[in-house]
Amino acid sequence: MEVLTTLLAPLQYDFMLRALGISALVGAVCAVLSCFVTLKGWSLMGDAVSHAVLPGVVLAYLVGVPFIVGAFVFGLGSVTAIGFIQSRSRVKEDTVIGVVFTGLFALGLLLLSKVPSDVHLSHILFGDVLGIRDTDVIQTIIVGVIALISIMVLRKDLMLFVFDPTHARSIGLNTTFLHYALLTILALTIVTALQTVGVILVVAMLITPGATAYLLTDKFNRMIWIAVGCGVLSSLLGTYFSYFLDGATGACIVLMQSLFFAAAFLFAPKHGQLALARQRVRDQSAA
Amino acid sequence: MTASVLSNTAGTGTTQPIPSLSVEGVSVAYSGGQVALRDVTLHLNAGTICGLIGLNGAGKSTLFKTIMGFLPTRQGQVLVHGQPVHMAQRGGLIAYVPQSEEVDWTFPVSVEDVVMMGRYGHMGRLRRPSRHDRDVVTHSLNRVGMIDFRGRQIGELSGGQRKRAFLARALAQEGKLLLLDEPFGGVDASTSDTIMGLLRDLRDEGHTVLISTHDLGSIEALCDTVALLAGRTVLASGPTREVFTPENLGRVFGGLPMLTPNGSVVVTGSQPKSPNPSPTNTGAN
Repeated sequence: MEVLTTLLAPLQYDFMLRALGISALVGAVCAVLSCFVTLKGWSLMGDAVSHAVLPGVVLAYLVGVPFIVGAFVFGLGSVTAIGFIQSRSRVKEDTVIGVVFTGLFALGLLLLSKVPSDVHLSHILFGDVLGIRDTDVIQTIIVGVIALISIMVLRKDLMLFVFDPTHARSIGLNTTFLHYALLTILALTIVTALQTVGVILVVAMLITPGATAYLLTDKFNRMIWIAVGCGVLSSLLGTYFSYFLDGATGACIVLMQSLFFAAAFLFAPKHGQLALARQRVRDQSAA
Repeated sequence: MTASVLSNTAGTGTTQPIPSLSVEGVSVAYSGGQVALRDVTLHLNAGTICGLIGLNGAGKSTLFKTIMGFLPTRQGQVLVHGQPVHMAQRGGLIAYVPQSEEVDWTFPVSVEDVVMMGRYGHMGRLRRPSRHDRDVVTHSLNRVGMIDFRGRQIGELSGGQRKRAFLARALAQEGKLLLLDEPFGGVDASTSDTIMGLLRDLRDEGHTVLISTHDLGSIEALCDTVALLAGRTVLASGPTREVFTPENLGRVFGGLPMLTPNGSVVVTGSQPKSPNPSPTNTGAN
């Protein structure tokens, strides 16, 4: 009885319930997108966009517009800059991505150090879902739902674009549109996750659930559902445990995701290490 | 499946029918400025199989990509059933199978999923398959003999099976014009036979087929017309009997090609590979 009281203690606080709800939503949106990001090989791109939004957040604070707006503008701006530089120079794509995002991130850090100290801004770096304000809750929900609906509507086209862009073009789909649609959704999703896990760890939300699900299934639809399951569960458990550990919530969520991935890496029924080892033994005894 | 079957005697009617494919004086240059195709003219009538013959680097794959609108033309125009290519693509008139599929073979899709992608052009915004779409997919899988593999993840297929799966996707598109770049490249004999039988059936149903091939041994048995590609242009095209002659082949291959007993071709003096038209490294990790 006493144990139960202790375990349920976090749930009697409004801020905990709100944090659980928001982190679950963010976990779900990021997880759906993570399937596309990992299959497309855009992990670095995700990392880049998430870092590049920092100056946008600081500037938005200075100007007095919602930070989400600034973040989104800089997120899209970084993507455009990467595409522009890549198409006009001989520098390889991953190098261009690295140059652009570190530059923007550095600009963000400089601005941050020059702006009068404000607790709220530093939370953008590491996330602070327990202290999330009402206006940010509403913004996060709106942007998250927009991102989720966009992916669901374009899901099949985006899947085909990621899998086989040549075929997508040959049946008359606009692959340029799909390319930028996916990048825009990526920027939107990153913006929703900023408050929860912060700039530095958001990329984990964008790749780990997808990577975990990829080890567990050979069906794309199932991959999405598994990723969402991992993402939401990690968010809930991470937020919940962070209450007891009195530690950074974003870090707890990402650690949960890493644990899920490690479990899948070892124990996945077909693509896990144990299954692969067993398969090797079987092959050897058959030979 | 299609009810309206065109007759197999295209080109001899009193009125000139609209060609299924019309490539008219097309020139293409790479971004570096080198000539990719020079003044190519080619007409295919409905219900025919045309074989595209030429050495590596003659521009066969480039011609396919140009017909598909993937490379910008400098001059000339490509019409499919009288329509510009992008219109024809949206109308579901063209199915294209590239020489090798540059896809991630570990992608979580089954054979059936891949073939269903051929139906996307016929579906609504959300691409939800109808009963008819499912029937077409099943029928297409049956035609290439892959129905028993429908649930397999695509990476678990052999080379020949992969070729069949992607051919099934092209069939599922139900396009009037099929563009197959090296359909017999790297496949086993039974797959090769299946594909050949299938192409004849498609022709008899009124489809138009353009294939490129190294397998000169099968040209006369399969192709109604041939087009000879050399020096990045079409040297000659027309009925196989008239164009597929030792003299013409000598011009294409720069020396008389010898047919080996197994049907493959040996040409003296191997040619250098074609320059890469575009950055093909898509970052496989």
